[in-house]
Amino acid sequence: MITEILKGMFITFREIFKPPVTIQYPEVKRPVRQRFRGRHELRRYADGLERCIGCALCAAACPADAIYVEASENTDEQRYSPGERYAKTYEINMLRCIFCGYCEDACPTDAIVLTDAYELSAFSRKDLIYTKDMLIVPPPAGKPGTPQKVEEGAYNRSILPEGLVSEP
Amino acid sequence: MADLINVYINEVLVSVPKGTVIVDAAKKLGVNIPVFCYHPKLKPVGMCRMCLVEVGRRKIDRATGQPLLDANNQPEIAWGLKLETGCTTPIEEGMQVRTQNEVVKKAQKDVLEFLLTSHPLDCPVCDKGGECPLQNLTLQFGPGTTRFDYNDKQHLDKHYPLGDIIFLDKERCIQCARCIRFQDEVADDRVLGFYERGRTMQIDTLSEPGFDSKFSGNTTDICPVGALTTRDFRFRARPWEMTHVPSICTHCAVGCNLTLGTRRSARDRQWEILRVMPRQNEDVNEIWICDKGRFGHHFTRSQARLTTPLVRKNGQLAEATWDEAIKLVAERLNVVYGHVVGFIGDRVSNEDAYLFGKLFREGVKTTRIANRPHVAGADLVQKYGVGSGTNLGALGKGTVVLIVAGDVEETAPVYMLRLRAAAQRGAKLIVANARETKMDRYAANSLRYKVGTETQLVYGLLNAVNQGSGIRDQVAAYTPAKVAEITGVPEAEITAAGKLIAEAKDLIVVFGDEQPYDIMVNGQYTDAGRALPQACANLVVATGHAGKANNGLLSLWPHNNTQGVFDMLAANGAQWTPADGLKALYIVGSDPIGEGQTLPKSEFTIVQELFLTETAKQADVVLPALSFAERDGTFTNAERRVQRYYKAIAPLGQARADWEIIRMVGEQLGLKWTHYLTSEGVMAEIAATVPQYSGTEYAALAQVTEAWPPVGSNDLYFGGTAYDNRGGVGVQIKSGVELDGQSEMNWIEPPVPSAESTLHVRQLNRHGTLIDQSAVYQPRLIDAPIEPAQVLKGA
Repeated sequence: MITEILKGMFITFREIFKPPVTIQYPEVKRPVRQRFRGRHELRRYADGLERCIGCALCAAACPADAIYVEASENTDEQRYSPGERYAKTYEINMLRCIFCGYCEDACPTDAIVLTDAYELSAFSRKDLIYTKDMLIVPPPAGKPGTPQKVEEGAYNRSILPEGLVSEP
Repeated sequence: MADLINVYINEVLVSVPKGTVIVDAAKKLGVNIPVFCYHPKLKPVGMCRMCLVEVGRRKIDRATGQPLLDANNQPEIAWGLKLETGCTTPIEEGMQVRTQNEVVKKAQKDVLEFLLTSHPLDCPVCDKGGECPLQNLTLQFGPGTTRFDYNDKQHLDKHYPLGDIIFLDKERCIQCARCIRFQDEVADDRVLGFYERGRTMQIDTLSEPGFDSKFSGNTTDICPVGALTTRDFRFRARPWEMTHVPSICTHCAVGCNLTLGTRRSARDRQWEILRVMPRQNEDVNEIWICDKGRFGHHFTRSQARLTTPLVRKNGQLAEATWDEAIKLVAERLNVVYGHVVGFIGDRVSNEDAYLFGKLFREGVKTTRIANRPHVAGADLVQKYGVGSGTNLGALGKGTVVLIVAGDVEETAPVYMLRLRAAAQRGAKLIVANARETKMDRYAANSLRYKVGTETQLVYGLLNAVNQGSGIRDQVAAYTPAKVAEITGVPEAEITAAGKLIAEAKDLIVVFGDEQPYDIMVNGQYTDAGRALPQACANLVVATGHAGKANNGLLSLWPHNNTQGVFDMLAANGAQWTPADGLKALYIVGSDPIGEGQTLPKSEFTIVQELFLTETAKQADVVLPALSFAERDGTFTNAERRVQRYYKAIAPLGQARADWEIIRMVGEQLGLKWTHYLTSEGVMAEIAATVPQYSGTEYAALAQVTEAWPPVGSNDLYFGGTAYDNRGGVGVQIKSGVELDGQSEMNWIEPPVPSAESTLHVRQLNRHGTLIDQSAVYQPRLIDAPIEPAQVLKGA
């Protein structure tokens, strides 16, 4: 019996000199995996226009029915995205979302992407419905936000050439 | 049927009537031959080539005219060298059709590849995406790839307004011409056409203002791609996101069957109607609706709607609770006991009108209720109206339709489509009106009488028919020669029209109220207002056309439930007598002051309304009611078909259904009305107690029948994006003659017009409380009367 105790104590004694595995969250954060799926964001093109065209295919693909989109019509006076259609309302219910990433797969313009942010908490359920202004990224430095007043007929396609190139 | 022809489609035998095209025959068998340009309601053109099939015909021995037989004693088949279009090729006896072999599949793939060379990859932003025939058929029959150069695509205008309401995306158009053909063949507003040719062929409007048609919205339904969209629904929602609820249109007496596409919006978490689409009912509207019905739904979610009861306190209308308002109403009705007059509008449901009548009979012990606006002849239509089993879509040779004093297109637009189609099938239309109407184009006889002489004309026709035993003496005075003198219609035309009527196998008399006489003067119904309906009834009875299917009277009632409200009031013994010593006025769904009339003086006025109308502003208590989309109910249309509509969206504020408000008042008055829990319960009582309405329980009204062409379900390409009927086709109730077999004629001396007589003209697109709430429809609304005033003046 005494040998077993000594054996155990030996392991304890050995581990004392090893570096600890506990991470001091939230002061210290572990890096996430490369393909981690966290909080969504809606991206923009380089000229500041929104990529999202309000097609609601993300909402259709969503197995948890967490996404709600209402579309509206762009004009050259008030342009949010290229083409005729943009998302007037874009909401994700983070309580429902299961972070499967199907929305990202469904998106024809690579507008919605899942980032590595995972700190999603709030004091009320309502605050966990993320609206469009919470999800959309800020415009690139030096570029205007949306809506923009643009040259007539300059954006009559729903996707810009840069949207056709898949990023790694 | 006698002329059934046997054809073999993919070796399966099907027997179809002579003249059927291959696509239809295959469809009857459940074999889908893809089509784009073909539409079962339009004439085939064979433009898109999507329906190519391999056709084999029997070899015929030239000497004997008999089919040649092979070794197995089967007819020898000569297969065509080329593929044929299934939509233009009528079937022949013994024909063999192959729709799914390799040759046909290759042809389908190639046609689709061509169609897609210039079709944009717009599906994510296209309103048709998800219910698009091109999308579906490409998946089913098309190639997975294209060999064409992406840079060689045609880039055309994507935002081209054809009119105020319909937009064209020229890129998406596949030039099937369904819209052009609908406008030409069905609506007869030839306002669309093709420009350019080849790959740049485009649709454009020929009219000014653009796309000037009352039926323009239907083109968006039958468009097999997303080329035509409405301003109302453009980019509002994807089709799969909506909940579809069967409903009935409330804008005219046709009672078109609708499907309301609803969704909860993010703005205020309220359900709202996003679009209105037709619902197939081959007995009522087939698969069409007019633009007013399609775009006139916005009043259901108007900001101006009443949401709480209002009670007048210190001269001002102030918000109150239901308890407070109902108690006050009951208290006052109890005090004034009997000195009450009821006004009920003819837009409310049968349930509402029935309970209102019952409230007066049992609760306030008076029968003084008037339906508004005042109409004449509802009792005659109840008695001699078109018999049960009437279907305007089945009228053809041997039928005569007399249309008198009504503009069918302006009053009941879809009847115009159906009567025109009947005329094309061989029915004879006699159109009598003081002014030119669209129906004149299809008339066998067009009779243009002087304003105010329509009754004389009807008796002139009756005289020419030489019928009318009960009133023969009076009619004898109206010889065609004399009537020609009075009305200004040539004698020969009256005689010719009379001959048509005399020879008619079936006769429907359609009457409107485009006449100069007031129906009510100083609180009294007039004979002059009733003369025309009575004359029409006399004509139907005298010629023996009452109480049979496809025979009888059809009135162009001003609103959606004129007949039903009248029937319900009559069932409760309601009668109008001039009001003296009036102490209270109870108005439901009607705005007499807004219509420019004065209310009888009363001490206490109760108004049940959707909006704070001019009448409601004068009221002491205003009770907020629900619109048709927020509740269940039934309407009786002009053909006396009782149809059911369903709750589609959540009620606004504290508003309640009219029947429910009336029930609350009744209970407060001490009536034992607790059993009226639902509108279904009220209708069950109507069906049990009103003889004509037997068999109109909700369950019976929800019955559906199989209809041709099949639309809706999974079948988007065949009949367009319409909806099949899952809410019930309704029940056409029996006319009085069918019930008791009694008919009689009465004589009302035809009124004589004066020089000041001005025609009352009904127009579809006049401003109104409900339609004014639809911003999208505003460009179509008009202030001015249709025609110059001098045409409308009496002789």
